[in-house]
Amino acid sequence: MSTIFGYRRENGRVGIRNHVVIMPVDDISNAAAEAVAKVVPGTLAIPHAYGRLQYGPDLELHFRTIIGNCVNPNVAAVVVIGIEPIWTQRIVDGIAKSGKPVAGFSIERHGDFAIIEKASRVAKEFLQRASEQQRVPVDLSEIMVSIKCGESDTTTGLASCPTVGNVVDRLVDAGGTVLFGETSELTGGEHIIAERCATPAVGDKFYNIYNDYIREIESKGVDLLGSQPTEGNVRGGLTTIEEKALGNIEKTGTKPVVDALDPAVAPTVKGLNFMDTSSAAAECITLMAAGGAVVHFFPTGQGNIIGNPIEPVIKITANPITVATMSEHVDVDVSGLLRREMNLQQAGDLLMEMLVRTINGRLTAAEALGHREFVLTKLYRSA
Amino acid sequence: MAHKFLVHHVGDHVGVAVEDIQAGEKVEGVIMENDFSLFLEAKSFIPLGHKIGLADLKTGEKVIEYRVPIGVTTQDITPGDYVHTHNLKTARWDYKK
Repeated sequence: MSTIFGYRRENGRVGIRNHVVIMPVDDISNAAAEAVAKVVPGTLAIPHAYGRLQYGPDLELHFRTIIGNCVNPNVAAVVVIGIEPIWTQRIVDGIAKSGKPVAGFSIERHGDFAIIEKASRVAKEFLQRASEQQRVPVDLSEIMVSIKCGESDTTTGLASCPTVGNVVDRLVDAGGTVLFGETSELTGGEHIIAERCATPAVGDKFYNIYNDYIREIESKGVDLLGSQPTEGNVRGGLTTIEEKALGNIEKTGTKPVVDALDPAVAPTVKGLNFMDTSSAAAECITLMAAGGAVVHFFPTGQGNIIGNPIEPVIKITANPITVATMSEHVDVDVSGLLRREMNLQQAGDLLMEMLVRTINGRLTAAEALGHREFVLTKLYRSA
Repeated sequence: MAHKFLVHHVGDHVGVAVEDIQAGEKVEGVIMENDFSLFLEAKSFIPLGHKIGLADLKTGEKVIEYRVPIGVTTQDITPGDYVHTHNLKTARWDYKK
């Protein structure tokens, strides 16, 4: 395989992008963060909808997701802006543990103008420092990959998910770490994942997470017909959640599941890790980026157009209609698998080649098109 | 491309159209597990990505794909039938029962 090059961060972790992030702590600090990114073009503001009056596990998840995304090795340095000093400092402290440059600013008793000026001065220094960082040769096993499919149809189960599964097996064999999730979307195949858990303890952890999620859905007194599978899934030929789940699971390959993680938690064991996530694409990838994944494989059937500000998202499709009508969103076309013009190994080779090019700097379709969907998972209403 | 549908595994009750299949069309399918071919006459139009029945199934029987149940029939199904939401439903998400 060709040599790959990445950015080695202060804590030894490897990233494939070199962002200077302007991260708001809360919704009302978005305007200042976006203003800084305008004053210092080349930095990346990541506005989002939450961060006020949250409490308990929902607040912990907020902090973990924000800090995790900033600690992600695709990020060179971070400017944090919040309304109040204590929560702002908590995020700064969380990021500082990684050793990367970080500075925090709180708006109360200063106002947007003063904070935008102070934060912009620091952002400029961070950007210039990041611009001198060089890519260095790294090992494939150091590249943490996340996987999640979307707008699935039967072609994802036949071709694009098995292609990802083929590459996931190669990455795990090479000593790498891969994250998968989509808890409720395993329904109908959850026993398959449980049987693949490396130890009974991991299996129990997985089942506890899965059963909690399903109980939460059931507690609403409704079912998911009409939502799972989605209208797009059904139009693409998927009939039931079980059928959708079995196609989804194809992308996890065949290796043991070494751990079952809470949302936005960084894995500690190399290999294939399960993370408890929603199956909504933006929420899921945002949690996986918080776990430290630096590149994402996204098989799609009907054509989900998702991107993420931190993680480059590589789209793989086998649906010839999607290839023909949405080509600007497609990075890897494996429709030849349906025509039996290529075999799974050859499709995996195509995806491996695109992975290496993406690591080495090629912009994915989603990056080139400016798709930066950053969506926080909310566990319940704010106080 | 001679084949018009693919089947995941031997013993699956459904295949997936990889091209639109017309009503009355005699079509070849390939089982991906062993590369064996099978031939069927489609009883109705089946769009790309949608399923064609391969077996005789009575109402209420489990439908197998990927070697695993994907739901239960709500009508009898015969080989060549179009299989989708009109004759197949989930065995899950059915909390009212």
